[in-house]
Amino acid sequence: MTDRLAPPTFDPADAAAAAARFAATAPADVSYALVDSPVGTLVAASTERGLACLSYEDHHGGVDGVLETLAARISPRILEARGRLDPVRRELEEYFERRRTAFDVPIDWALVTPFGRRVLQATASIPFGEVSTYGQIAARAGNPKAARATGNALGSNPMPIVVPCHRVLHTGGQGIGNYTGGVHRKEALLRLEGVLLG
Amino acid sequence: MTPPPFQRFLDAHREPVWRFLVAAVGPDAADDCFQETFMAALRAYPRTRVENPRAWVLTIAHRKALDHHRARSRRPVPVGAVPDAPAPEASESSGDDVWDRVRHLPPKQRAALLLRFAGDLSHREVGAALGVSEEAARRSAHEGLKRLREELAA
Repeated sequence: MTDRLAPPTFDPADAAAAAARFAATAPADVSYALVDSPVGTLVAASTERGLACLSYEDHHGGVDGVLETLAARISPRILEARGRLDPVRRELEEYFERRRTAFDVPIDWALVTPFGRRVLQATASIPFGEVSTYGQIAARAGNPKAARATGNALGSNPMPIVVPCHRVLHTGGQGIGNYTGGVHRKEALLRLEGVLLG
Repeated sequence: MTPPPFQRFLDAHREPVWRFLVAAVGPDAADDCFQETFMAALRAYPRTRVENPRAWVLTIAHRKALDHHRARSRRPVPVGAVPDAPAPEASESSGDDVWDRVRHLPPKQRAALLLRFAGDLSHREVGAALGVSEEAARRSAHEGLKRLREELAA
C-alpha cells in the first residue's frame, strides 16, 4: 500500500439496478417513459395531474430536449418510471389497434397557454375519423380571427395523438397542413382513422 | 439556471455513490443506503444548479452511511433465548480486505479515507463534506493510511 487506496471493486450492473429501483418508486414531480408506436417512438411524461407531454422522439431535441423543457417549465424532479406511464401506453395500444376512438387519461395542461388550452380542448372534441379546419377550431376556441395563433397552438401541441391535432386540416388546396411530427405521420394517423384511403 | 433533470443527475452519480457505499457499509447494506441517499437528494433537489453535484450527493451518502453505522451499534444484542443455529454475521464483508478494515477505523479516519478514495473527492471536498479544514481532512486520511499499514504489517 502506498499513499493511496485503490477504490473498491463493484459491478456497474448493481449500481444500475439500484438506480432503476429508485426511479421506479421515488416520488418524482414528473415521470417519463419511452413508448413504442406504429408512428415511431414517443416520449411520454406525466405529473400527478395527468399526461403533460407526448413527444415524437425524433422531434424537440429528442429525450434530452423534452426533459430539459419539462425541467424548466414544470420541475427538474424528473425520473424514468415506466410503470407510471402504463395507462397512457395501454390507451395508445388500443388506439392503434382501432379498439379505442377517444382517450380517457387525464391531461396536465402545464405546458400550454390559456388560449392554447382552449384550442386544444376544441381539437380534442373532434371525433375519431372526422376532421376540422383551422378556422373552425379558432372559432370554437372563442376567436375566429385568430387562425394564425390557432395554427401556432396546434403546432406546439405537447400531446399529439391524444389531443388529435392531426384532425385539423388546411382548406383550399394547400394539402392537409403541417404536423408537429411531420406530415407523413399526420397522413398515417388519418389513414388509421379511415379519413385518408390507401 | 435550471438544474438538469433528476434522472440525468442519477445517471451521472449512481456509480460513484454505489462504489462509496459498498466501501462504507458493505454490499448488503449498500442498496438501502443508496435508496435513502437519492431520496434525500430528490427532496432537496434545488431549483438552482448545484456547483459540485458529485461532492453534494457523496456528502449525503456519507451521512446515510453514518446513520447506518449508528443504527447497527444501537441494535440490541439478543439475550435469553439462544437460537438453534448461530446467527450469520451480517455479511458486511465485501471480499475486499482493505475496505473491510477501513470500516473499523476511528470515525474521522474512516470518513476521510472513504470520501477520498472510494468517493474520489479531493481533500478540500472531503473537508467540506465533513465540516473540517482541508488540512484536517488530509491529516485524517494520512493517519488512517498509517494505521492500516500497521495493521496489515502485523
